[in-house]
Amino acid sequence: MSKDYAYDAIIIGAGPAGIACAYTLAKNGKSTLVIERGNTPGSKNVTGGRLYTYALDMVDEGLAAEAALERKVTHEQIIILDGNRSISIDYHDPSFNSECKSPQSYTILRAVFDEWFANKAVELGATVACGIKVDGLIEKNGQVVGVVAGEDNIYAGIVIAADGVNSLIAQKAGLISDIKPHAVGVGVKEVILLPSVTIESRFNLKKDEGASCLMLGCTEGIHGGGFLYTNRESISLGCVFVVDELAGHGRQVHDIFQELKMHPTIYPLIEGGETVEYGAHLVSEAGYREFPKKPYKDGLLVIGDSAGFVISTGYSLRGIDLAMVSGIAAARAIIAEKDPVRVGPVYMNELEKNLLMPTMKAVDGYYDILEIPRIYSSYPKLAAGLFEKLFTVDGKVPRSMKKEIRGLIKQNGLSAWQLIKDGFRGVKSI
Amino acid sequence: MEAPELLSLNKFNVNEKEAHIVINKEICAQCQDKPCLIVCPAALYKLDKNDIIFDYAGCLECGTCRVVCKNKGIIKWEYPKGTFGVNFRYG
Repeated sequence: MSKDYAYDAIIIGAGPAGIACAYTLAKNGKSTLVIERGNTPGSKNVTGGRLYTYALDMVDEGLAAEAALERKVTHEQIIILDGNRSISIDYHDPSFNSECKSPQSYTILRAVFDEWFANKAVELGATVACGIKVDGLIEKNGQVVGVVAGEDNIYAGIVIAADGVNSLIAQKAGLISDIKPHAVGVGVKEVILLPSVTIESRFNLKKDEGASCLMLGCTEGIHGGGFLYTNRESISLGCVFVVDELAGHGRQVHDIFQELKMHPTIYPLIEGGETVEYGAHLVSEAGYREFPKKPYKDGLLVIGDSAGFVISTGYSLRGIDLAMVSGIAAARAIIAEKDPVRVGPVYMNELEKNLLMPTMKAVDGYYDILEIPRIYSSYPKLAAGLFEKLFTVDGKVPRSMKKEIRGLIKQNGLSAWQLIKDGFRGVKSI
Repeated sequence: MEAPELLSLNKFNVNEKEAHIVINKEICAQCQDKPCLIVCPAALYKLDKNDIIFDYAGCLECGTCRVVCKNKGIIKWEYPKGTFGVNFRYG
């Protein structure tokens, strides 16, 4: 037996995009239903592990201060790996993250955060229905008017697809094409329990402080990289690989990741810890250049990961904050424009106004750099080789660094011309 | 750690009645590259002689296999029905 319900808005997916949208709509008196296929919000979600908190305060002032977060990121690290060798860069400024009203970013665990965030929307009157999968959309004269979930047809003024990177809903609606293997990475991650004092001593942290660490040169030359985030009492360690390059590779994804765990620089950081979860998720690597032309149609808006709101510059990764900002934009459009047929262009306008599209555009050049295959293998080798030469003292007459560099360039199958070209491309792109 | 050991740490609620991913072994046998063997983080696609064997029980629902499947040997790829599948406790 099917039942019919009516809501102002139905949101598919209780992730940060969907909940930011639901929160804003509910706060403005709109009847809002969020449908989540997981048992609880966040139970299907995996992230590397950091949230830039400005987005939470954009949802509602003061929200960041009470959020279910892990550690404020005070150490920004980059590790370049080559074989057993590594070069570490650690940016730490004691005033970093303390002068602003709330710290700039926190590490997070999604099962914890998403559930907290969803409850905040519920407090404002939104309904979050978990354990229900949306199977499809209901269309009437080309306009989306509701969703089908099992035997139920549920109707709403507008439907918002916030079902994540692998958005079957947006694909079925014809708004995004099937995901291309070059435009997406697969991320794998372990959550490893460690006492907080151990984490603090290993990463040189004060209580509540945290480290974010990105790793290059740990993907066997495949476009991608590793990540490590310190949580309160655990470490999130993972690795991302662009799928088409991985597919042509001989080794299984979890094998390459296990090798990263055992790396002489990484293993001491997690030694004695207990792995309690192994997760995997796709992450968009498409950027602004492959952003869907029209993330909306009559009666339907696409937000968050579903639309491709992810930024990867190589030194920073953003997704959760952008997802929330897109959710806010969708909500504001729905509040401002009553006619579901006209709400799409208003949503696009809101994305411009709240600086999301300009931000995506501004960093698009970084994707040119990340497409240089040499960054993932030859350059880490070159850098490690250079440091080896710098620190080697063996009693012999040192060769000039110029000669050493020339030798290393040749040894790594590179040419000076290639380096200049890549350097020029790098400077041009940023 | 091997993939099965890693998967044993996770909480799953397997839908014994319905597979959310179904492959057609005959189409898969024709596929030269078989990228699914490499990309599945849970290593659920295995080779037995020339036949692909797949068990959906430990699926992490990432969707990578669907993205790389060129010859469309995966004839059905859906998310598991509500409440079924992996349940991340940390995420």
